[in-house]
Formats: sequence, structure tokens, C-alpha cells
Amino acid sequence: MADLVGTAPASAFPATSSSGALLTIEGLTVDFSGVRVLRGIDLTLSRGESLGIVGESGSGKSVTWLATLGLLPRTANVSGSVQLDGQEMLGVAASRLDRIRGGRVAMIFQDPSSALNPVIRIGKQVGEVLARHQGVSGANIRAETKRLFDLVGLPDAARRFDAYPHELSGGQNQRVMIAMALAGKPDVLVADEPTTALDATIQAQILDLLTTIRRETGMALVLISHDLGVVSETCERIMVMYGGRVVEAAPSDSIFANPQHPYTQGLLAALPPFDGALHRLIPIEGQVPEPANMPPGCPFAPRCAQRMTVCKETIPPLTQTEAGHFSACIAGAVTEARQSLKVHKSVLA
Amino acid sequence: MTENILELHGISRTYSTRQGLFGRKVPVHAVDEVSLSLQPGQTLALVGESGSGKSTTGRIALGLELPNSGHVLFRGAELPPAHTSAWRRMRTHMQMIYQDPLAVLDRRLSILDQVREPLDIHDIGSASERNNKALAMLDAVGLNANYASSLPHQLSGGQRQRAVLARALIMQPALLVCDEPVSALDVSIQAQVVNLLMDLQKDLRLSLLFISHDLKVVRQVSQRIAVMYLGRIVEYGETNLLLSNPTHPYTKALVSAVPVAGRRTRERIILKGEPPNPADRPTGCAFHPRCPVVRPECVSVSPTFSTLPDGRSVACHAVDAAQPTKEVGI
Ligand SMILES: Nc1ncnc2c1ncn2[C@@H]1O[C@H](COP(=O)(O)OP(=O)(O)OP(=O)(O)O)[C@@H](O)[C@H]1O
Ligand SMILES: Nc1ncnc2c1ncn2[C@@H]1O[C@H](COP(=O)(O)OP(=O)(O)OP(=O)(O)O)[C@@H](O)[C@H]1O
Ligand code: SF4
Ligand code: SF4
Ligand SMILES: [Mg+2]
Ligand SMILES: [Mg+2]
Repeated sequence: MADLVGTAPASAFPATSSSGALLTIEGLTVDFSGVRVLRGIDLTLSRGESLGIVGESGSGKSVTWLATLGLLPRTANVSGSVQLDGQEMLGVAASRLDRIRGGRVAMIFQDPSSALNPVIRIGKQVGEVLARHQGVSGANIRAETKRLFDLVGLPDAARRFDAYPHELSGGQNQRVMIAMALAGKPDVLVADEPTTALDATIQAQILDLLTTIRRETGMALVLISHDLGVVSETCERIMVMYGGRVVEAAPSDSIFANPQHPYTQGLLAALPPFDGALHRLIPIEGQVPEPANMPPGCPFAPRCAQRMTVCKETIPPLTQTEAGHFSACIAGAVTEARQSLKVHKSVLA
Repeated sequence: MTENILELHGISRTYSTRQGLFGRKVPVHAVDEVSLSLQPGQTLALVGESGSGKSTTGRIALGLELPNSGHVLFRGAELPPAHTSAWRRMRTHMQMIYQDPLAVLDRRLSILDQVREPLDIHDIGSASERNNKALAMLDAVGLNANYASSLPHQLSGGQRQRAVLARALIMQPALLVCDEPVSALDVSIQAQVVNLLMDLQKDLRLSLLFISHDLKVVRQVSQRIAVMYLGRIVEYGETNLLLSNPTHPYTKALVSAVPVAGRRTRERIILKGEPPNPADRPTGCAFHPRCPVVRPECVSVSPTFSTLPDGRSVACHAVDAAQPTKEVGI
């Protein structure tokens, strides 16, 4: 279970040999027309694990998983290695990949309307996944589909079977997507902002459901969200991305109690508090850099209050600062971050 | 007592929708007997279940949509019929901001042109005065002159939302209806826009009707909250009271479900059962199929509002029953 995440030199992380590794990603990069948007991702995912991915828009959260599943357009240039149970997935024939996708690894997409076929009834779309990946047939398909619809809290499940996507609200389509992803009984479920269109009570219901399924079946869950609250409550481990890299990775408790990277500290400080006194919100100065204009050194340097001269020249590697906690910052966790942490904690209180 | 800038009196709005391909038409009660009021310079937040009628209520408040019954008062007067010139004049004092700034901005026009456009349309001041006014407004929302000639797609999400704000504010409206203004933004940009809204409110004495499902943001910006469920208000009162001590079982579940970063302090209430189907509204209290403390009468009798000692209104039989003991305790 050790060394679950790392982009540090491979020697420090014998990723492939770590026991129980279900999915291993090494040195994953993606270029779009010569511009690098994903700049080397390494991670390992174990059975039954829940990993949260956070970061501002454009940081590479979706591209990481689209590349992993071979779902990027042909214009994308992908390199590195993605192994599922020790078998390479990058560059394998589309027909084989098709069996893995939806079966062993399923993804709930950020935009549900683009993933559902508008001219096919939703019951049939879910049924197809059941037939292809679970060998369910005949009348069982309908019964199993209804069970899945009930599971995700789709109102009026029996009648929804014959509905078209446009007849459902955005939130309802999102739940159909979740049912479809669960239909293949995947080993890994990647959920990209699965609850953004839902209100808090239904969001809580869905996240609770995903956690129950994970615990009962040993499915690994990857939850992508820009809401730190959502991942904090659902995931055991969190990976913070910025500028196409991982800048911090740690167990959930540890990242909220003791954030080490200035970017993570900034994200947490920008959140409106839900307890205690109100204060003026503290945004992170500046903007996420465009992939084509990535600063040469630390990608966060132009916005970082703790920046030093060396930050503009050297790309800080992801290094372990305490057990299971990795941060990619030259200033390091030890001295300066501790101080800013005090400020930060008083802000959160 | 200050005069309310906005009052909704018993407004209802029904849509008819077809169920299935050949199904019969079914009425959907999107908004059902909703009454609200907003004081000048204050923020009222509208929260609640998806599909509970928040956006519809916001549109009705601005006269963009007519209620089937009930009426809207703006500064004590009824709204003139939509799209008349009297309505247009009044509308300059009332503006709306939507979730998606790109949908509002014209992608071929520079930011400056778009912010100046309302002044052009209403023919206010000379051309150079209009330009200066628009530049000053851009400056007020934190977009410097460098951005004036930019096209919308050249700006970040937060900058676009700032441009939309500048455009909405250029006619110096008294009332701003914000429909999920920050939900699509990253936390950092969200913080910028929330700060900006609060600054502008202070400087311009803006009144805000703030529609959002993010209770953390609502806590930050509002003095009062109205909680909606299936077209009706179920709880209405001061923000800090509702969030620290919610009374209606739905408000309780909603507040407990707010995802917080770090350790959670409240017990989370996970609702069971189906989310509501607005075309098939449950009898009695619409929340009864999911209510953790449902009572026999809830299935058949619709609860009416009662006022608690702290001034808030709640529509729930369980709260009614608990009322007398509460008052004794005080
Ligand atoms: N098909 C594409 N062609 C070119 N560039 C792309 C493509 N898809 C993504 N990108 C770029 O890759 C970068 C990472 O995008 P990605 O979608 O992974 O961001 P994200 O972290 O998921 O953001 P969000 O929170 O907005 O979903 C962005 O700069 C984006 O513009
Ligand atoms: N033009 C319309 N035609 C038919 N039904 C409509 C129309 N507009 C809204 N509705 C229905 O009225 C109800 C209330 O919708 P509204 O958009 O006001 O909800 P909301 O509270 O803003 O929801 P959300 O949080 O999802 O934005 C919903 O059931 C919706 O499907
Ligand atoms: S490496 Fe330097 S610029 Fe980057 S986050 Fe650390 S202190 Fe800031
Ligand atoms: S009226 Fe009854 S069902 Fe409705 S919220 Fe109150 S207790 Fe629950
Ligand atoms: Mg994305
Ligand atoms: Mg709405």
C-alpha cells in the first residue's frame, strides 16, 4: 500500500512491483499540436482505493484519464505507460481497449449530454452495457436496469426505461450516466465532476452510494472535482494538479490538516468557511498559465507568495515530506510552509 | 422599517409538459404560492433542490416571465407589462446575471463595446462620456483598460463574469438577480467574484436576489435565506439562524449535506427514497416520501407556515407540534 503516488525519480517508487497495484501510470505525457499539456504523471491505484483529483480548470484532470482510457482525439500525442494488472493499455488495439473500457475501467464524463446517445432510449443504452460486459440477456436486462436506476435514485425508474435523454433534466441524465458506468461492474470507476449539476442532498446520496459500492465490491474510485469539500468527504487520498503536473499528493486528512504546497494552501484559503466567523475571501493572485506559455521553472511561481529566485529556474520534483505525503515545492515543507500554515489555519478557523 | 425594494405576493407558475412521446399533457407546478420580500441593500438567497423553481422565481421577479397568479411589486409598484417601454425603463433598474457568462456575451464584440452597449441603447450622454463611463465601470470590477479591447474568449472565466457584472451594473440598477453566478467558477475565481459582488453592494447599495445551491457561498453573501422544495418555500429566515439551527427537515438535510473540506462537525443526513417528480407532486407535504420524521397527517394535509420566536417561517407539521414546548422553554 506504500508509495501510492509519485512523480519523483522512479527508483524511489518501485511502482510496478508494489503489491495490490491495480492500475499503474508512469511518465504519462500528452501533447496537442506540439504543445505539452500533461507533463509527466505517475500514479498507482490499488483495489478498493478512492483517489480524489483537484485543481483549477485546465490543470489536466480530465486529460489524464482520457489519455489513460485511450479516449483522446487522434490529434493528441500520448506517451508513457498505463498498466492494468500489469498489462500495457497505451497503444493496444481499439477492439481490445473497447472490452476494457466500460468493463474493467469505466468513466463518468464531465458533460453527460455528450456521452449519452440522444436518439436511443436510456434503458436501452444501459442495457447494451449490461449485455456486452455482464452477459445479461432477455428480460433480465430490464430488471437489472431498473435495479441500477433505483440504485442511483432516478425517480420513477420503471417508466424512465423508455425515456430519451432530452426528456430528463441535467441532473437525471447525470444519474443515468452513473448507472451506465456501474452496469459493467468495473474494477476502476473514474468519475469526472459527477455531481456538479446536482443539489447537495442528491450529491450526498450519490457520493454515499459510490462509497458503499467501493467498500462492498473493491472497486477503485477516482473522483475528479474542483470542489475540495466533495473529494475530502469521499476520498482517502488526494492528488492536487497544476499546470499538467501533480504538485501535491497525500492522504485526505493530512492534506487538509497540513497542506504543504503553496498552491494547495491557496486553494484551501480561497474556500468560503461554513463554520465560525465570516471573513473576506482570499483568492489566489493571478491566473492559471496557458499550456503554451508555461513558465520555465515551477509552474506556480508567477502566483506564489513564497517564490524564491531559484523557483523560476528549476522545476521542483515531487518529494516526500512525511509518510505518504508528497509535495513539489522547492521552499519545502519544513520552514517556510510551516509559517504560512499558521496563517492559513487561522484563516480556516 | 425601510420599504422593500422587491415583494412577491403569492406567485404561482405552471408549465404544461407532455409525459412520454404520446403521453397526455401534465401540469408542472414550477412555483406555487411563493411570497418573498427584499430590503434595499440586502441579499436574499434562494436555495433548494434542483428543479424546485428558483430560476423561475428569479425570472418572475424581473418580469421576464409572468406568473399565472399573484403579483410582483418593485419599489411598491406593480411591474408594467413585459416588453412595453415602461417595462424597459424599469428593467434598467433590475438586472440579471446567469451562470454561464459566455452565453450572455457577444463573441464578436469587444468587452468595452458590450459594457457600453446599454448606454448606447438608452442614448445616455455623449459618445465620449459613454466610453469613459464604461471604462470606469470596467475598472470598478477590476478589469483594467488593457482588457477593454479584448474579445470574450480572450478572457478567463472570472474575467468574463466580471465583464458581465460591469455590463449589468452600468445602468446603476437597484436590484440584481444572480442565478448561480459563481457555480461554474474555480474556487479562486469564485472568491474574486464573491468579494467583488459584496464590495459593489456596499458601494452602490445594491439589492441582491442570489440563487445558488452552494450554501458556503450563500452564508458568505446573504442576510436572509428562503429554502424551496418542489415549488414552495419551506423555510424562510435569517441566514445565520437557518444554517446554524435549521428547523425544517429538508433544510436540515440540505445543511448537513454541505461538503466541507477537512473534518466535518455535523452528522450528515442522507435522504432515502426518490427525489421528487414535479409532474407527480406528492399529496400533503411534498417532502413526505423522503422525510425522516414524517407523521401520519403529512401524507394528506399540506403544512402551513408558522412563525417561530426567532422570526423565521417554517412549513412543517413536526415543527408545529414542537412549537408550544419551545415557547415554554424560552
Ligand atoms: N482536445 C483538446 N485539444 C487541445 N487542447 C486540449 C484538448 N483537451 C484539453 N486540452 C487542453 O489541455 C489542458 C488540460 O485540460 P483538461 O480538460 O484536462 O483540464 P481540467 O483540469 O479537466 O479542467 P476543468 O476543471 O475545466 O475540467 C487545457 O489547457 C486544455 O485547454
Ligand atoms: N419552460 C419550461 N417548460 C416546462 N417546464 C419548465 C420550464 N422551465 C422550468 N420548468 C420546470 O419547472 C420546474 C422548476 O424549474 P426551475 O428551473 O425554476 O428550477 P431551479 O430551482 O432553478 O432548478 P436548478 O437548481 O436545477 O436550476 C422544473 O421541474 C422544470 O423542469
Ligand atoms: S517551488 Fe517556489 S514558486 Fe513553486 S510553489 Fe514552491 S515556493 Fe512557490
Ligand atoms: S410536514 Fe411532515 S413530511 Fe413535511 S417536512 Fe414536516 S414532518 Fe416531514
Ligand atoms: Mg475537466
Ligand atoms: Mg435554476
